[in-house]
Amino acid sequence: MSATVIERGTAASRIAGIGVAAIILLLAIAPQFLSAGAVDRVTALFIYVILAAMWNALAGFGGLVSVGQQVFFGLGAYFAIRLANAGLNPFVSLFVSAIIVGAISWPISLFMLRLKNGEFAIGMWVIAALTHLLVNLDRLIQGETGTSLISLNVYDASTRRMTIYWLALASMTALLAILFGLLRGSTGAAIRAIRDNEDAAASVGVRVTGTKRLLFVLAAFGIGVAGALWLATSITFQPKTYFNVQWTAYMIFMVLVGGIGTFEGAILGALLFFLIETWFGGTGVWYLIGLGATALAFSLLLPRGLWGTLEERFGWRLLPVGYRVRLPINASDTTGASPAQATTSREKA
Amino acid sequence: MSLSVEDLVVRHGLLQAVRGVSFSVERGETLALVGANGAGKTTLLRAIAGAHQAASGRVVFDGADLSGVPSHERVRKGVALVPEGRRLFVQMTVEENLLLGRTAGRSGDWSVERVLETFPNLKPRRHAKAGHLSGGEQQATAIGRALMSNPELLLLDEVSLGLSPLVVDRVYASLHGLISSGTTIILVEQDLNRALSVSNKVICMLEGRVALAGDSRNVSRDEVTKAYFGLHRKGAGGVPA
Amino acid sequence: MMNQIVQGILLGGYYALIACGLSFMFSVMRIINLAHGSLAILSAFALWLLASRFHISPFLGLVIVLPLMAVIGWALQRFLLERSARGGALLPILTTFGLAIVIDNVLFEQFGADTRSLAPFIGSLSYDSWEWPGSIYVGKLAVIIFVAAVVLLGGLQLFLTHTGLGRSIRATSEDPDTAGLVGVDARRANTIAAAIAMVTVGLAGAFLGMRATFDPYAGATQLLFAFEAAVIGGAGSLWGTLIGGIVLALAQTLGATVHPQGFLIGGHVAFLIVLFIRLYTSGLGLRGLLGLAAGKAS
Repeated sequence: MSATVIERGTAASRIAGIGVAAIILLLAIAPQFLSAGAVDRVTALFIYVILAAMWNALAGFGGLVSVGQQVFFGLGAYFAIRLANAGLNPFVSLFVSAIIVGAISWPISLFMLRLKNGEFAIGMWVIAALTHLLVNLDRLIQGETGTSLISLNVYDASTRRMTIYWLALASMTALLAILFGLLRGSTGAAIRAIRDNEDAAASVGVRVTGTKRLLFVLAAFGIGVAGALWLATSITFQPKTYFNVQWTAYMIFMVLVGGIGTFEGAILGALLFFLIETWFGGTGVWYLIGLGATALAFSLLLPRGLWGTLEERFGWRLLPVGYRVRLPINASDTTGASPAQATTSREKA
Repeated sequence: MSLSVEDLVVRHGLLQAVRGVSFSVERGETLALVGANGAGKTTLLRAIAGAHQAASGRVVFDGADLSGVPSHERVRKGVALVPEGRRLFVQMTVEENLLLGRTAGRSGDWSVERVLETFPNLKPRRHAKAGHLSGGEQQATAIGRALMSNPELLLLDEVSLGLSPLVVDRVYASLHGLISSGTTIILVEQDLNRALSVSNKVICMLEGRVALAGDSRNVSRDEVTKAYFGLHRKGAGGVPA
Repeated sequence: MMNQIVQGILLGGYYALIACGLSFMFSVMRIINLAHGSLAILSAFALWLLASRFHISPFLGLVIVLPLMAVIGWALQRFLLERSARGGALLPILTTFGLAIVIDNVLFEQFGADTRSLAPFIGSLSYDSWEWPGSIYVGKLAVIIFVAAVVLLGGLQLFLTHTGLGRSIRATSEDPDTAGLVGVDARRANTIAAAIAMVTVGLAGAFLGMRATFDPYAGATQLLFAFEAAVIGGAGSLWGTLIGGIVLALAQTLGATVHPQGFLIGGHVAFLIVLFIRLYTSGLGLRGLLGLAAGKAS
């Protein structure tokens, strides 16, 4: 009689772990070999990964689909402008701003998390629209005219570019690590239980609301970082650009295509989005139609996304966030359960 | 008209709730389904009504295979279920609930007036919201709603559950009228005496299978009770899954 | 002041029109259609195209556009919503959001960024007004829209309570499985409900185009208005939607008097206040807040 084996990683996942470290190292030294334009593009990619991972944390793991996440993107940029204007170092402002965004998201969560599904989705959109209007009232911002992160101009162009690049890389790595740690830790079990069946999770004592709130605040903070970094790369702040629902559309596209509810899927989705934008971004409106249509098609035909589908078919798992339970194949089956259950290795929270 | 169920298997996920059940009922017969909780009686009724799809086997009604036929089409063919727990539309009035039964458009004698004649306790409640009814009134509405589709086969799932004995008597009295009018009935009933007295055929289910089938007048209470608890199983020693 | 209140109430009629389709669809299918506003704009553009290219008056154009909207509703339900709703409650949000992006940008591709209006095609109706006692001037169009909203809501209410089809739709919204067991084709009921909802959206789009301007990306704002009016109106009958629309419009009017940019802010704030009160007094959470709006139509 063989014993049930519980393992956290696979051989592939251990190799993947080393691979991740190598990739981060490579990315850190990459600017030495890249043109200025390429450095800016890769910085954008890092920001996309943050956005995708954070929206995925909220929707894929917390079951909270929001179409108002642009509120945190816009606020991240707005508070950075405000802080820098008050005399704080512009680079420091970026992160203090994100902390403020995270703090603001807490009271918002008390309120919004009581809404369900579609009501939450549009409710967040109302919050974003209202915040946009309120930011417009700030005299510093001058309505839709906007303003700039002028204090960043004291640094010369190349220092600025490199610093932002490294900050974006560090932010992305840190946020992904936080999410990964969260999913692997005890909270992760709760998160996956909620993802699979919220009511059942609540009935066995999982702190559903507390866990969701944690994900909501993390996502707000992460998207705040992304908004502040975007401001740093583009210098100018126009409320209309930052509080645009298009940011959420991008997040949804990336996560839906990559694989909602999978850690790797969001990263894959961001990478694909980056490539599509690089190749087709110039086609303007058709590019946007394509994004919408692709998101629509994935939601109907491949709702698990690319990574989710591959993972399901081949049992892939590069960055294991759960446990794998391998049931002994020849265990005597007295309960009458289907034998199919015993032969597949299933991931259990 | 006749109903035959042939080697029917129904699954709930991985669980087999009904495991290869076969029987047939002829026009005007009344079949009582008895068995312990979880024996698969409700699932069997719901599968006949089309609320659950069968994993294998067939339900043949009036010579037509009902496999894959959605529940609303089955109502049109003359199969009506009074579901467990009544499942009334609580935000609609008694009359509206009854009128819904007519959606399938089968012609017949049943009308709102006739249902109210049959269940006089509903008369004053005609325009009350179904959610505000007493248990007995709800049950009468649920049966009336099924009758409004002028069914040839009426499936009754635990109609006496949660009702006082007096109300149950009244419900069963109305059933006698139906039976004499030639409606075929399959009923699930916990009360063995009632089940045997109202029916002419009885099937006792155990763990998703038929443990005993017979004529209600010829089987003894004792035999049914044994089958009920699994003491009666022929070829004892565990049937392979 | 009195004048502004009257204008606000009349504007509320428009909001009730745009909201009733959203809350109707939610109450029957439990889906919030994020493409709701974009579809209203689509209808407005279709009427604009008929008027500017073929000289068909917008009112006559409705004879063509409303049936088309019904077909769109039918197709939307059959090919998109039905399928995505099987994947859980979250998927339809993503599906309809994707659809909204497609519609908005296709409209932009076709018609460009210019703002349009149907006002030039309805003659003097766009500026004619009646003088009411107390020197209150009310636009004829605003009154027509308000009356249309009342007629539509009343008609919908009668349809839901007094016809077999209406009862089937209500039964499906309450419990689709049991509806099937009593002989209701839930799939058909949903499809008809979607078609009806889209006709109301088409009508709302027409009135939006007549009383104001629109552009390809105006759908999002209309969606938010519809959602806010539906939630404010909340529990009760379809008439709640009318109340919700009026409250929203009055809050916007009040906002505009406080601050030049306060129109939209006033509406959003009113929505959040109502939501806040509702959440903390009902204790039930918001599950089905919209659901009560049309489902309980008696």
